[in-house]
Amino acid sequence: MRSIWEDPLTTQRDESGRFQVTNLNVYYGRVHALQDVSFSMGREPLGMIGRNGMGKTTLVKAIAGFLPARSGSIEFEGHDIVGRQPHQITRAGIGYVPQGRRVFPSLTVHEHLTMVGAKKTARWNVAAIYDLFPRLADRKKNGGGELSGGEQQMLAIGRALLSNPRLLVMDEPSEGLAPAIVDHLAEVLRSVVKEGQSVLLIEQNLRFATELCDRILVMVNGRVAADLTAQEIASNPDVQNKYLGVV
Amino acid sequence: MDQFLLIALNGLTLAAVYFLVASGLTLIFGLMRVISMAHGMSYLLGGYIGYEIVRQTGNWILGALGAAIAVGLLGLFIHQVLIRRFQDDDMRVALVTLGISLIGTDLMLAVFGGTATQVPIPKDFQIGLDLPVIGQYPLIRLLILAVAIVVGVGLTLFINKTRFGSIVRAGVDDSQMTSATGVNVRLVFGLIFLLGSALAAFAGVVGGTLFPLLPGQDGSYLLFSLVVVIVGGMGSVPGAAIGAVLVGLVSQFALVYAPTYSLVLTFALMVIVLAVRPQGILGRAS
Repeated sequence: MRSIWEDPLTTQRDESGRFQVTNLNVYYGRVHALQDVSFSMGREPLGMIGRNGMGKTTLVKAIAGFLPARSGSIEFEGHDIVGRQPHQITRAGIGYVPQGRRVFPSLTVHEHLTMVGAKKTARWNVAAIYDLFPRLADRKKNGGGELSGGEQQMLAIGRALLSNPRLLVMDEPSEGLAPAIVDHLAEVLRSVVKEGQSVLLIEQNLRFATELCDRILVMVNGRVAADLTAQEIASNPDVQNKYLGVV
Repeated sequence: MDQFLLIALNGLTLAAVYFLVASGLTLIFGLMRVISMAHGMSYLLGGYIGYEIVRQTGNWILGALGAAIAVGLLGLFIHQVLIRRFQDDDMRVALVTLGISLIGTDLMLAVFGGTATQVPIPKDFQIGLDLPVIGQYPLIRLLILAVAIVVGVGLTLFINKTRFGSIVRAGVDDSQMTSATGVNVRLVFGLIFLLGSALAAFAGVVGGTLFPLLPGQDGSYLLFSLVVVIVGGMGSVPGAAIGAVLVGLVSQFALVYAPTYSLVLTFALMVIVLAVRPQGILGRAS
């Protein structure tokens, strides 16, 4: 019998530190690409924007285990994942949608989805991905290289969802896609987020980021420069110019 | 006419042995792009281990399985301990495996000696089969041809139709991203190396049954299987089958009609194929 003085099982627990990056330093070759990056998030979707070369992709690669961290920690659900292999990080519950999609040219759409080995009883199984992206079901037998950019992005998202991640990290999913496709992706991802899927979204497309996330971090020169609400940033052209403008 | 058919059949059964050796190399070198110079050593070591087991137990199948398992495990060990850390440095991998091969073949020379040995087969199989036109033909050669076909079909299905096969192909395309889907790519590549080495050892027992086992064969079989893999197209199992048939037929016909040029013609085949199709017969242009 649980005492009423104990913490409740899930609902009201403070989850603001569920995913926590602390003083993370990462070098890209000799470049000090991430400098004492710290932020934390709970279950709410979190966006991160910034111009090219500000360290966004470096951060994601460090989270996915592709790049080693010089110092600092990345904690997910209480475990430090720094220094772990990419497959261990995925198994720890972090799904990864890379920049540029990185689908496999030698595999068909269907093989991409089955190779992950999701259980039939899991929320995200192969059939659920085809429901989410019916376009992929039409192209089941096509090779990864024969898909359009939008289809490749759907496939990359589906592939990441199939590991049934408790945090989905996406690196510029709207990059290089036609506006209509970006809108469609935003709509689908919103439905996924509404279901309770936790998301960390790296973007340059501000509209796409604010459609999914209420909270947006801004990255400048390898540091987290601002922590804003979507409203603060969307309604303020000065802020947009400062952090995203070309000049 | 019957001589022509006999040579063709000889070429095909020789091709069966070449294919078995090359099928392992097409996994290791063609698919995983690990330049393993120790593949010929795996062949010879497999042959000798098979010979020992068959000599002591009299069971050919046990010898073939034992050789495949032992050399496969040795391959896994070599991959995990020596090759994995240099995976992206082709020259080092080539030199490390060449070193392993030199040490291994010298050790075999010390243990098994320099005289030719042959894996014995049960009396029941030492018979000829009456074929139309050709006449008597050794049953064992036809059986080995059948075994090679079964291995080839099985391997093709394994790579193209199973989940593990998808993972292997994904790992070859982009190993980092494959890892990010939750797959332990190092382990998968280790298992493929195991399978490739085991196939070479199995081929060694098969080859050692048809032909004598001799020191130095490691080099010639490595060379022939490289030619087969390159002619057929890197990483393609059906390509390796076609490559093996071509190399087998060319070398057998050349042996009869132009014996002096047998080796030259085999390599001329490779030159011609690469001049016309640089990616090999069934290879994909990259």
